[in-house]
Amino acid sequence: MTAIVQFENVGLRYGLDSETLSDVSFSLASGGFYFLTGASGAGKTSLLKLLYLAQRPSRGVIRLFGEDVVTLPRKRLPGFRRRIGVVFQDFRLVPHLSVYDNIALPLRVAGMVEAEIDAPVSEMLSWVGLGDRGQARPATLSGGEQQRVAIARAVIGRPEILVADEPTGNVDSDMARRLMTLFEALNRLGTTIVVATHDLPLIAQVSAAQMMKLDKGRLSDPTGSLRYPPARPQVKG
Amino acid sequence: MPWIIAIMMFLTVLSAAAGLGLGAAVKAMGADLAGRATVQIVEANPERRDRLSARVAQALRGEAIVRAVHPVAAAALADQIRPWLGQDAVDGDLPIPALIDIELTPGQTDAKVGRVRHMLHILSPQVRIEAHAAFLAPLAGLLSTLGWLAAGIVLLMTLATGAVVVLAARAAHDSHRGTIDVLHLMGATDVQIARLFQRRIGLDVLFGGALGFATALLVLILLGTRLMATGSELLGAINLPLTSWALLAALPVGCVILATVAARWTVLRSLGRLL
Repeated sequence: MTAIVQFENVGLRYGLDSETLSDVSFSLASGGFYFLTGASGAGKTSLLKLLYLAQRPSRGVIRLFGEDVVTLPRKRLPGFRRRIGVVFQDFRLVPHLSVYDNIALPLRVAGMVEAEIDAPVSEMLSWVGLGDRGQARPATLSGGEQQRVAIARAVIGRPEILVADEPTGNVDSDMARRLMTLFEALNRLGTTIVVATHDLPLIAQVSAAQMMKLDKGRLSDPTGSLRYPPARPQVKG
Repeated sequence: MPWIIAIMMFLTVLSAAAGLGLGAAVKAMGADLAGRATVQIVEANPERRDRLSARVAQALRGEAIVRAVHPVAAAALADQIRPWLGQDAVDGDLPIPALIDIELTPGQTDAKVGRVRHMLHILSPQVRIEAHAAFLAPLAGLLSTLGWLAAGIVLLMTLATGAVVVLAARAAHDSHRGTIDVLHLMGATDVQIARLFQRRIGLDVLFGGALGFATALLVLILLGTRLMATGSELLGAINLPLTSWALLAALPVGCVILATVAARWTVLRSLGRLL
């Protein structure tokens, strides 16, 4: 398998504080399914921010799709971001847009013509069980419904990498299982999935997943009953 | 913001109209004044005055540089004096000079006035000539200054409009920071995001500009009607030719273009600071 993501000795520091992430090195195989775990404040969100290009590292090298994105000119970043779908922990739905328009946003950003947008958006609405809520505004949705819209928006563009930060934090266990089923389906289609979560039963649900654990900003071997192959050796070549 | 733009457009159009109108008046006055003069026959005795007037008029008509000779009728003169000096002054012994308005051929007005003055002095030392430009020049200068002042106000209003748009774009950018971040992380380019803002601001300015322009237009039409109703030749000279109306109509268009460019520049600058 080829590596779709490579982190080499990556460090991240905010201002003059101590490093939030230190010497993080790993590779993610294309088509892999990964869980990122760790206590609150371990640096999971910061690592994900580096992954979806919301932040540049303070040191080290990050390669996405085979290119060094740390030294990439700013004007080339949008092209990379369009290949990455992100489910934010706080959803970040656009409040003045309807559910339909929120989901359609990545397609419009990518330049898809309006006439071609309706079919995939309607299909996605049905898929996440919100077929009759297309015109609703996010403020009128429950937390779980907003989560589903956020996931729909992240996956509609068929991203090569899907990054999800606590995607099941606001849903019940039944919905959480359904969301993982959705992620597995995407994974079977070739999308590389990276999910940051505390939810141990969730991790156990996905048998083919591999786990990375962050501890105070460093990748470490987990202890306990969770399946864990070290992240770095997963990729050949 | 549309209402602020409407008010600024209203004031800008009025200032521009004032400048253009005054400029047209100065131009018209200049054209009118150029080559016009008034000959005064200062003779107390009415009979001698009338004889001298006739001789002067005949002499003037014989001059090649005098294009037209218009003796002012005594009755018309009396009508003009009456409001100032009263009926008694008109009927009484107050010696009122006879007046003859003349038009000189175009060009070299001062020299021609000098020649006519010399000719009239030979005819009689009681005959004087005064070029209209001499006593109306200060007024023309004042109008010209006011016209330039109006132009300066238009420039200031344009700068202020640009500043308002920049502030509005910054405020909109700040208040939509969350949405912008999401769009950015989805892969929207700076230009795509800037286009959303410039379109929104452009529409607001279009609405405000149209409203301000329409209101100013009504005021201008009303003012124009009132000016014409005064019957004053001087005030009536303050008018707007077709080209001036076209310039005024271009103001809201220019405002929309300025606002769109200012909004785009402001947002692109702000976005340039993001990763």
